[in-house]
Amino acid sequence: MLKYTLQRTLYMILVFFIITFMCFVLIRMLPLPTLPPGDIHYDVIMMRREALGYNKPYIEQFAIFLRGLFTHFDWGLSEKLYTGQPVLDVFLMKLPPTMIVNLYSILWTIPIGIALGICAALKKNTWVDYSISTLTMVVISVPSFVYAFLVQYIFCFRLRWFPLILKGGTDWFSFEMFKSMIPAILSLSFGVIAGFCRTTRAELTEVLTSEFMLLARTKGLTRTQATVRHALRNCFVVIVPGIFGEFIGILGGSLIIESIFSIPGVGSLTLDAINSQDYNLFIMSTCFYTAIGLAAGLVVDISYGFIDPRIRMGSKK
Amino acid sequence: MEYEKIPAEKFRFVHENENLRDRELQTKARSYFADAMIRFRKNKSSVIATWILGLLILYAIVAPLISPYNIKDQDSIYINFPPYWRPIAELNIGILDGAKTLDSQNDSAMLALRAIGEETGFDPILKITGTHETEVKYKGQMVKRNTYDVVVNAYYQKGIIYRTFSLEEFEKVQRWQDETGIQVIYPYVETKDINNITGSPNIWYKVDSRGNPVADKDGNLTPAYSTNESKAGAEYTSLRIPSDPGNYIYSYGRSGSVQCRVCYYNYYRYVNRDKNNMEPTYLMGTNAVGQDIFCGIGVGARFSILFAIFVSAINLSIGAVYGAIQGYYGGAIDMTLDRISDILSGVPFVVVTTLFQLHLARRVGVVPSFLFAFVLTGWIGMAALTRKQFYRFKSQEFVMAARTLGASDWRLMFKHIFPNAIGTIITSCALVIPGVISSETSMTYLGIVNLSSFAGTTIGTLLSQGNKVVTSAPHAILFPSIFLGLLMICFNLFGNGLRDAFNPTTRGVDD
Repeated sequence: MLKYTLQRTLYMILVFFIITFMCFVLIRMLPLPTLPPGDIHYDVIMMRREALGYNKPYIEQFAIFLRGLFTHFDWGLSEKLYTGQPVLDVFLMKLPPTMIVNLYSILWTIPIGIALGICAALKKNTWVDYSISTLTMVVISVPSFVYAFLVQYIFCFRLRWFPLILKGGTDWFSFEMFKSMIPAILSLSFGVIAGFCRTTRAELTEVLTSEFMLLARTKGLTRTQATVRHALRNCFVVIVPGIFGEFIGILGGSLIIESIFSIPGVGSLTLDAINSQDYNLFIMSTCFYTAIGLAAGLVVDISYGFIDPRIRMGSKK
Repeated sequence: MEYEKIPAEKFRFVHENENLRDRELQTKARSYFADAMIRFRKNKSSVIATWILGLLILYAIVAPLISPYNIKDQDSIYINFPPYWRPIAELNIGILDGAKTLDSQNDSAMLALRAIGEETGFDPILKITGTHETEVKYKGQMVKRNTYDVVVNAYYQKGIIYRTFSLEEFEKVQRWQDETGIQVIYPYVETKDINNITGSPNIWYKVDSRGNPVADKDGNLTPAYSTNESKAGAEYTSLRIPSDPGNYIYSYGRSGSVQCRVCYYNYYRYVNRDKNNMEPTYLMGTNAVGQDIFCGIGVGARFSILFAIFVSAINLSIGAVYGAIQGYYGGAIDMTLDRISDILSGVPFVVVTTLFQLHLARRVGVVPSFLFAFVLTGWIGMAALTRKQFYRFKSQEFVMAARTLGASDWRLMFKHIFPNAIGTIITSCALVIPGVISSETSMTYLGIVNLSSFAGTTIGTLLSQGNKVVTSAPHAILFPSIFLGLLMICFNLFGNGLRDAFNPTTRGVDD
């Protein structure tokens, strides 16, 4: 298992660097933004560009980039949006709102999603199941920004329960801030609930019809005992990796939801970086999103192995 | 026992002189496709979704044709205006009446609204929904004032605007007025007569220093129209308003042109004189650039659906070939190709789209570079699917038989194995289409890709324009989101239904 984990991790790191290299070269190939005349940072930026090797071959530029990265985790300076500030600092500053909003959202949606899924599976082929399944299907199809609009219009504008956009300031854990986050949390929640509900229902219905469930009943367990001890445990083999993946995903957040509710998070930063051609920021967020995507996949894969004894045994061979 | 002694002549041979053959099958052979269709029809929700989907696609085709507007028609005044259609509005049933709610209007604001109706004949006030009494401080004393919540017709409320005409244009408007009897140009009001209030073309009455109307004892307004003949820009011979004693001026001279107060609703009909003097007819209102949303959704949906089908077709072909090679050859080739698709699938889609836009948009155009972005990673899912199917079929006997007969690899792949996998692959395509539409909408919504110049508008663009005015003009986002929501739901239900119907493992299982 350890060997497998190591192998997968190393492979992921390799893939990460290949992607980073490709994106790095493509971004460096873009024409540099012209600085406004009389920019006070002109000399600094020019020297910085020289040091980053802008006139050298791309492979050399990448080497310089990597050297900075490995020696003191230097991601470069922001050139336009936050002129002169280290990209890393800007990025870390933007991370909390994204994480908090997404964390709140998945904290209450995953239990609800799983509960609904279990409910649907246990009442299979009754109206409960039909209504939950249909609703799940409908909810999962509609893009999150349509919900964002509905939430914004109904709860924020019509009923005036919440502010239209996120409150300013950095007091991430105050009640006021939480209240202004609720619309965004809600908009993010529908999809997650539906997703978990669907997975749970599909898994559990499959497990419930398998033969060991019959055995469990035959040996004298009640239906509840059999479901909780045997069916649920087996169905969590699939669900738990999904939860891990979701937790990694909270770092990334949603570009659209952030732009609708003006959340000063990573997504908005990426969009701003793209629009104002702040390439260092763009490289950083590219790496960030790539890393998150790969890490989520990796964690899901590995956790399958840790959770499911069948896979774990298989890997020892 | 009467059966004990049965006489021998009562026995006879069965089938004595008959040829025994298998009977020919009486039932008709049912093909895979027909079987799938029967199962698809059993799935009620998918059938309904298919019908709605058909209607939505019909809408996308028909709406831009039957809309009186083209997507290039952008009105500069009717921006974010609510849905309005005169024949329905006159029924007074609360829809399509251009209604807009104004909160807390005080008495003078109400008087000003009434004054618009008095002058132009279009009374903007539809109904007063609430009256509040508030106390305000006025000249050091607390005075009770009424404020009203009022629903107005936004199109009538626009009232009069300033327009500058060239002299010929001025003539032309007058001729049109004479022909149709519709008053476009209203008497001019000089700013010196209305306390030097500027930028309020709707004021035609005596006002106080803050621009509030001053009513006389009977509650009537006193006209402040200019009679200063020397300021008039050009001769006016056309319709005059009923209260005109004959000496009001209808234009104000500017160098080489005249400035007029025109009633925009009627001026709009003048502008649309080629379309049978059409009144504003916006079934779903207008958006932030003055486009008709009814037409815009159709145009956007057309693009989205066509684009999605095109992307899916390309991804299907690439994915099928790639997956076929992977699955058929296996081993090192499979491994290498898998690593390549691993790397490609790791690149975030936003980054791909952005880089393609920045690098290629100027060289090959926005749409092709957007297309490339979709194609770069879109085929991976399809390839994985095909690969799996190939692994399933490649070791079966019929393949071995074909190989023994000397079929080439290519022939084995696409003549023998691929047709077996095609059902699964095609149906998954039906689920790829809504995915593409969704990502396309997200990207245009975020403004990473701007397709307005190519497609006129897209659903994503409409949504992002609407989102900025969600409080003042909710219709601008409501209709596009309803359309998009329905489209996605129907496509997904349809795709799911197809997938279940074509999935051979569910055949005969009725649960």
